[in-house]
Amino acid sequence: MKHLLSIEDLDREQLVGLLDLTDHMVEIGQRPIPKVPALRGKTVVSLFFEDSTRTRTSFDTAAKRLSADTMSFAVSSSSVNKGESLRDTVETISAMGVDAFVVRHKSSGAPALITNFTAASIVNAGDGWHQHPTQALLDCYTIRQSLGRRDGFEGVRIAIVGDIRHSRVARSDVQAFAMLGAHVTLVAPPTLLPPSVDGWPVDVSHDLDAVLPDLDVLYLLRVQRERMDEALLPSMAEYSTRYGLTATRAKRLAAHALVLHPGPMNRGIEMVVDPAELPGSRILEQVANGVAVRMAVLFTLLGSGDQGLKGDV
Amino acid sequence: MPTADPTGRTVLSADDVRRALTRIAHEIAERNHGLEGVVVVGLQKGGVWVAEALAAVLHGIDPSHPVPVGSIDVSFHRDDVGLRPIVPGRVTDIPVPLDGTTVVLTDDVLFTGRTVRAALEALHEYGRPRAVQLAVVVDRGHRELPIRPDFVGKNLPTSLDEQVVATRDGVVIR
Repeated sequence: MKHLLSIEDLDREQLVGLLDLTDHMVEIGQRPIPKVPALRGKTVVSLFFEDSTRTRTSFDTAAKRLSADTMSFAVSSSSVNKGESLRDTVETISAMGVDAFVVRHKSSGAPALITNFTAASIVNAGDGWHQHPTQALLDCYTIRQSLGRRDGFEGVRIAIVGDIRHSRVARSDVQAFAMLGAHVTLVAPPTLLPPSVDGWPVDVSHDLDAVLPDLDVLYLLRVQRERMDEALLPSMAEYSTRYGLTATRAKRLAAHALVLHPGPMNRGIEMVVDPAELPGSRILEQVANGVAVRMAVLFTLLGSGDQGLKGDV
Repeated sequence: MPTADPTGRTVLSADDVRRALTRIAHEIAERNHGLEGVVVVGLQKGGVWVAEALAAVLHGIDPSHPVPVGSIDVSFHRDDVGLRPIVPGRVTDIPVPLDGTTVVLTDDVLFTGRTVRAALEALHEYGRPRAVQLAVVVDRGHRELPIRPDFVGKNLPTSLDEQVVATRDGVVIR
């Protein structure tokens, strides 16, 4: 495996292989000294053309726990503001000797484009509305761990609620959950659904209350306030009333049901109830697992030899 | 005497292996003046059964000092990371803090010593043992690093193209 651009690039065996490797990375994180020398001498550069504190910090921590050297490159402090092209930026940094770029960009496809400009591995850390594969991996890992489903998600019912239309997290999650065998329902007002879900392995509903009691996993997406300006939502209060997780709705969840959110959370909008009072909340576990999953991805791309996870020692 | 085996030459029988491990267990107790503070850690994957078998014998020698048994996966400490595919074994399991303990690392076959080097480095992420000792069922020679075992079941001269397999059922050269 050379790059991780999209969940579509993986088959089920590779996806499960990454989750199995994540078990090892979680154990490393629990050691008194949570650092291994596996990627000594490798350089990982974060190239973020869009703000993100948590994803960048998570990748940075992952690279450091594997002993890779890290550099961070944020758009606000860069020559991009002086008009340097994406290609020139990548070629320039690449010339310093880089083994992997972790890329976030507002344009779908930017990480894939960058593979043409450098010999380094590319990890997509979120591109436009397209993909956020490491988020999907950490979501799968969190569900697998919490439900004890190492074998796959056959029979697991997952609802993804919120702004599906503009969500790269939803696109990656739908593919990953479905690949593992889960039954996925998208729940959103019509204005926040993609123009077509033809070919998506999902059901669609506009009524959260109808699907709620049968769920094993409730996945809430962040409502982006700027959608109000586009008149896609009449008001935040109405969204909250129909799609927010209120105390009343929380009580209707099954006792074993998990609640996940990719962050950052809008309290009082999609998350009305205090998540600290939700026994099923795995939101902090998602953050912790994010570091371990990203270690597994970096190790697979940079440290596992040309055959990736396959082949015998 | 070694018996002919269509899949290889049997060097030690199951009984020989059992006797060797019993002897090693007594040597461990003797060297450490008892079993207080002794922890047995098997190198994944081949050393795990050795650790379990040794711990069982040690328990018989001194039931008043139960010996914790762990296993360690050294995939992330190998010196050939990136040079060939690495398939981690089971997740590392170190059951107790290692500060001040005497760790007996176990493996089935000692060969180049590179896995042991990686294990020594990995162990220190769990604390600072008072001492680390190495117990192996077979030492087949061809060391590439200055590493020697403290307890050996059998020294077995081999050529580089031979394969040595050591299990509870015996030791076979192919």
